[in-house]
Amino acid sequence: MDLLKKLEILADAAKYDASCASSGTATRSSLGETTGVGSTEGMGICHAYAPDGRCISLLKILLTNSCIYDCLYCINRRSSNVQRARFTVDEVVTLTLGFYRRNCIEGLFLSSGIIRSPDYTMEQVVRVAKTLREEHGFRGYIHLKTIPDASPELLLEAGLYADRLSINVEMPTEDGLARLAPEKDMPSIRRSMGRMRLRIDEAKAEKKSPRFAPAGQSTQMIIGADDSSDRKILALSTNLYGNYGLRRVYFSAFSPIPDASAILPPRKAPLLREHRLYQADWLMRFYEFRADELALDGAGNMDLSMDPKLAWALQHREQFPMDVNTATREQLLRVPGMGVKSVDKLLQARRHRRLRMDDLARLRMPMAKVAPFVVAQDHQPGGLLDSARLAQRLVPKAAQLDMFA
Amino acid sequence: MRSIVLAHEVDWGAWRAAARMLTLADVAPEDVVWSVRNASDLFAEPEEEAAAPTGSFTVPRALVSLAETVIQANDPERFALLYRLIWRAHRGEKHILEMTTDPEVQRTQRLAQAVRRDTHKMRAFVRFREVVEPEGTRYVSWFEPDHYIVEANAPFFTRRFATMTWSILTPYRSAHWDGEELRFNVGASPADVPDDDRLEAYWRAYYSSIFNPARLKIGAMRAEMPQKYWRNLPEAAAIPELIRTASGRVDSMVEQPVFSSPRPARVVASTPVEGGTALQQAARDAAECRRCPLWEPATQVVFGEGPPDARIMLVGEQPGDQEDLAGRPFVGPAGQLLDRAMAEAGLDRQTVYLTNSVKHFKFVPRGKRRIHEKPGTGEINACRFWLDLERAELKPALTVMLGVTAARAVLGRAVTISRERSQPMPLPDAAGGNTTGFITVHPSYLLRLPDEEAKTREYAAFVEDLRRVVALAA
Repeated sequence: MDLLKKLEILADAAKYDASCASSGTATRSSLGETTGVGSTEGMGICHAYAPDGRCISLLKILLTNSCIYDCLYCINRRSSNVQRARFTVDEVVTLTLGFYRRNCIEGLFLSSGIIRSPDYTMEQVVRVAKTLREEHGFRGYIHLKTIPDASPELLLEAGLYADRLSINVEMPTEDGLARLAPEKDMPSIRRSMGRMRLRIDEAKAEKKSPRFAPAGQSTQMIIGADDSSDRKILALSTNLYGNYGLRRVYFSAFSPIPDASAILPPRKAPLLREHRLYQADWLMRFYEFRADELALDGAGNMDLSMDPKLAWALQHREQFPMDVNTATREQLLRVPGMGVKSVDKLLQARRHRRLRMDDLARLRMPMAKVAPFVVAQDHQPGGLLDSARLAQRLVPKAAQLDMFA
Repeated sequence: MRSIVLAHEVDWGAWRAAARMLTLADVAPEDVVWSVRNASDLFAEPEEEAAAPTGSFTVPRALVSLAETVIQANDPERFALLYRLIWRAHRGEKHILEMTTDPEVQRTQRLAQAVRRDTHKMRAFVRFREVVEPEGTRYVSWFEPDHYIVEANAPFFTRRFATMTWSILTPYRSAHWDGEELRFNVGASPADVPDDDRLEAYWRAYYSSIFNPARLKIGAMRAEMPQKYWRNLPEAAAIPELIRTASGRVDSMVEQPVFSSPRPARVVASTPVEGGTALQQAARDAAECRRCPLWEPATQVVFGEGPPDARIMLVGEQPGDQEDLAGRPFVGPAGQLLDRAMAEAGLDRQTVYLTNSVKHFKFVPRGKRRIHEKPGTGEINACRFWLDLERAELKPALTVMLGVTAARAVLGRAVTISRERSQPMPLPDAAGGNTTGFITVHPSYLLRLPDEEAKTREYAAFVEDLRRVVALAA
């Protein structure tokens, strides 16, 4: 099989992993060096966007899509009839360097199906990273997908070459994982994450210790392949952030795959739900919301028709209106339509003058959304806040939701 | 009316000198006309500068750095706008940048934002083509920025591609790096760049294959990769076809899924481990424990560890954050303190069996941290099953209870440490045999003491207790 065909197969096989981040790692530069190539400066760069709206920052490929596991949601599972391919270590190295020198990518995101054994596979993955770093002086970004069942020694070696390590929890519950990914188990995933956190923290605390995954670890769970509620999903993501200091928990709406297993519902990817989960995740990480504050229905799911902050505000109207001239930062972050940046600008501006509604408009806040919830020098929301029709006024028309459906 | 002529579009040095001179000479912004010398005179000698008035003044550093960004903006008004901000800051509006709703501040910030975005997009969307020549390989790119960003942005490419020879050509300016020196000269045209590259077909193939047709979001793509960039991006040629065929590809997967016939399942390696000592077996069984709800948010069971013939068993409260992550007892701060105290008391950690009353970490999440929470009676009782099993198997001559939770777990009653510590007590084992119990504080108690004096005193008492333990076990 020629290299072009392999690339097509092994990129196609890798596209269900949402992560493509290349940010937050140590700073490296090639200036003053005589060999090697590459730099990292903290901020990630998205070198292209595909028509799915996703950023392309890294060369995201599998080393091989052959796999001895049979995870039902996965296109590469053992029982799938998909065409198989396998890169050699040198082929991955050549493609990475070639694309990097043309400024197409920030680096490599390498994952792999499990062949022969977890240790054998992990060893191959680590060898690619080691070759790039040691033989070619590659200073770009490397993200390695680690295999929970591989030996701790290999995991530790991976962290020496990688900027980021990740292990996918895949399913929001242990039972879901047991049902859909019979060869994987949550305790072993958690143990690996715990081990990685200890090493990452240790390397960060001691300047002299060798670098270890300076961009931390992340994970991904698939949304909609099992029947887990939003409550379950958010509880697990909160738990993982806290336990393992993850940089990101990615949600990936389960998309139909060719040659799918009959146990999975063949339906379109629940993109709007994925979007709402990210919004909720954001509220908890940057807006000081707690998981138990989110508005959930009896089944533990969010209302898809509106963003979770608006849903919360409509249920807690007694806490509004907020006076933009006196409310605290924490209070302002609860106002629908106000983001972290606009709140910080608002706080700066009000040191110098009493704010009016046109000041908020100049800060580019969505006025229709903000107005019912705030008091300003020249504005009182009046009866609007208590109006039974407030939700109707603020919720986008069904037609607009279609872009996600 | 004063006229200031800058040598070129990003003549920062001349703008800065002029702004300083004008401010000191008290020239109001409306009395200054700013312009840039005609591009055809680009490399002409600069004009003689008028003698600058002496004196100095300060403006906020943030304003200077903002001006350095905004001068790159493709807007002929920027020089005057920036001078107005300097003028206002000098005239008393020291916190001018905090006035985020001021129209002039906003206009400046928007220009800065546009420059930063353009800078970022240049780092993203420059594509080099390889030119192989007898003297060596060169990389050449054609790029069309919206703003005058090439000079300020070129060092990024130097840091990244320091060991390559490259040129970035743009309509107004070209940057060249030969491995040692960065040079700029006049603009160029797309014809100066080769029209193909040996890896471009591979890059297009990658771009097309990584696209997921089930997630078509054209608007999101266009927002981040506006169409004006497409003509210089080799992969963009694939976009129309990818969009056109997307829904058909998804429909065929959703409506007519091809179910492959399941192949005979292959059992994967992980053969269950068996055998070993009874304690090792118990540790494996405990890993699956769901006797109380603590298993769910925790990483793992932290079982006891130590030699199977240990004469001394140390019982703590529960694993903490570090123990939960590492899967071993007493490795966190309290464990390290215990190690130190044991070493001072002459108690070798390798000879004792260390365990906890409750074997999962109980905590409340607080942001990115996990705050230790005392286990309740229900959890202690649920976990007693494992502690009893450890005691029954190990049959230690001496069981040391560290703190109230351990005392409750072992003795089955509430204990006041200060009243019962530091003395041996008879402790019947499971078979009714006579063994000895001993109560002392938990090392984490020492860590929590607020003042240094109390810490020193209590630590000494703890070491003293451990010495008694050594003597009792002898």
